Amino acid sequence: MDRIFMELASIYAFVARFFREVFVPPYEFREIIRQCYEVGVRSLPLISLTGFIIGIVFTNQSRPSLADLGATALLPALISVAIVRAMAPLVTALIASGRVGSGIGAELGSMRVTEQIDAMEVSATNPFNFLVVTRVLATTLMIPALTMYTTFVALMGGFVNVSQNELTSLTTFFTQVFDAITFLDIISSSVKSVIFGFTIGMVGCYKGYNSSKGTEGVGKAANSAVVTAMFLIFIEELLILQVVNALRGI
Amino acid sequence: MKTLNPKIDKSSKVIAIEGLKKAFDDFEVLKGVDLELYQGENLVVLGRSGTGKSVLIKIIAGLLRPDEGMINVLGQEVDRLTPKELDRLRLKIGFSFQNSALYDSMTVYENLEFPLVRHMKELGKADRDRSIEEVLEAVGLSQSINQMPSELSGGQRKRIGIARTLILRPEIMLYDEPTAGLDPITSMDINNLINEVQRRFNTSSIIITHDLTCARAVGDRVVMLLDGQFQRQGTFDEVFATTDERVKAFYNYNFID
Ligand SMILES: Nc1ncnc2c1ncn2[C@@H]1O[C@H](COP(=O)(O)OP(=O)(O)OP(=O)(O)O)[C@@H](O)[C@H]1O
Ligand SMILES: [Mg+2]
Repeated sequence: MDRIFMELASIYAFVARFFREVFVPPYEFREIIRQCYEVGVRSLPLISLTGFIIGIVFTNQSRPSLADLGATALLPALISVAIVRAMAPLVTALIASGRVGSGIGAELGSMRVTEQIDAMEVSATNPFNFLVVTRVLATTLMIPALTMYTTFVALMGGFVNVSQNELTSLTTFFTQVFDAITFLDIISSSVKSVIFGFTIGMVGCYKGYNSSKGTEGVGKAANSAVVTAMFLIFIEELLILQVVNALRGI
Repeated sequence: MKTLNPKIDKSSKVIAIEGLKKAFDDFEVLKGVDLELYQGENLVVLGRSGTGKSVLIKIIAGLLRPDEGMINVLGQEVDRLTPKELDRLRLKIGFSFQNSALYDSMTVYENLEFPLVRHMKELGKADRDRSIEEVLEAVGLSQSINQMPSELSGGQRKRIGIARTLILRPEIMLYDEPTAGLDPITSMDINNLINEVQRRFNTSSIIITHDLTCARAVGDRVVMLLDGQFQRQGTFDEVFATTDERVKAFYNYNFID
């Protein structure tokens, strides 16, 4: 029990330190850009593939239920709501937890274990600023961008399936897609993916930065970065759902 | 055997430690350590594995906090400084890590550039490059400038690590086991480098080691850490001219054949 409270206190201190240092110079622009590239561009292949397939599969699997009601014309609207509101932010965040979160955990963990973080500190460079602030900023900026991209790719996957079966044209498809979603949907998805991005960066950095000594420490840091981030993302998803529902007046 | 550096100034202490204690949980590592380092001196700290040698210099560099005691470095008490003041002091201290601690995502050039761009902002690129070439030449590794740390041997990594700390022209050098894991000839190269650094950059150094050849080659003075305290000090020969079995064992097993 004590251990849990100690852990919570140190997580709190870590997050508080981020907010203290993010606005203080020096700003490591070069490193931020490098990390954005690492998080954003390098995730594109995996995200493209996953998003597209999810679009196709989800559309395909939804068709029979709608067909029973004679309502396959509603498929684009259904896909749109499901992908924009729920699937794109969640899938992007989960994939990024696996790819980016574990990468950050392992990288910072091995820097801790091999004393590279100490080396930075004794050369009077703030390692928190150089390593943690840059990575958390990168994930917080890039996960929303990736989410938008996933949304688009998944919708295209849906369109491919719909156009084959219902012979819907691209313009009709996208008109229906946009008719189905509201401004609130877009805002809440964006806010959600900002929170997811922040969580992934923060958890990866926390686990890596505080990694225990020894090579097994690195593995543990990477592993628990993924598990913890995914767990938090599901919790956040549930909480945000409640808030959005309240705003919708349901 | 080393000839004593004539430039040692016994009237000027760059490091003064009194009554330093440090424990991890219930495990007392340092139990009241006193130590002086004089201007221009190479001080060797001998001790078995796990006696707290690394802990000692990490406390000097402000990486670990002492439980008790006074740690005065260049006239400032390390554990009383604000983070800003500590950073300013750290620029005058070079720390060569036991396992080199090179930034392994960066090339040798970027490793050396890292402290420069942050702390010598007034330097242009040409001046930075000249500085980098100069320290690489000093450690004899000019040809490795574009290699990644993973492509270097253990001895080369040590030397790049030393170069990275030299680049900011520190007044104090802290070497953590500079020759551990190296063959005798490479070790001798490192020993010569340490003496060369002392002469050329006029630094005062603490060299931590359990390699007696290294201790004899670089130490102006030797102290021995036993049971969390310094038990013997003096020149290399003075330290080992004793009947203390623990000290004699250290000597005998080192030169066993
Ligand atoms: N951060 C730490 N947390 C807990 N215990 C530590 C920490 N750092 C060192 N210790 C313990 O303190 C003792 C001394 O460690 P230290 O690294 O100073 O040994 P050393 O004299 O440098 O040994 P070696 O020659 O093997 O490097 C060890 O028993 C180690 O387990
Ligand atoms: Mg050590």
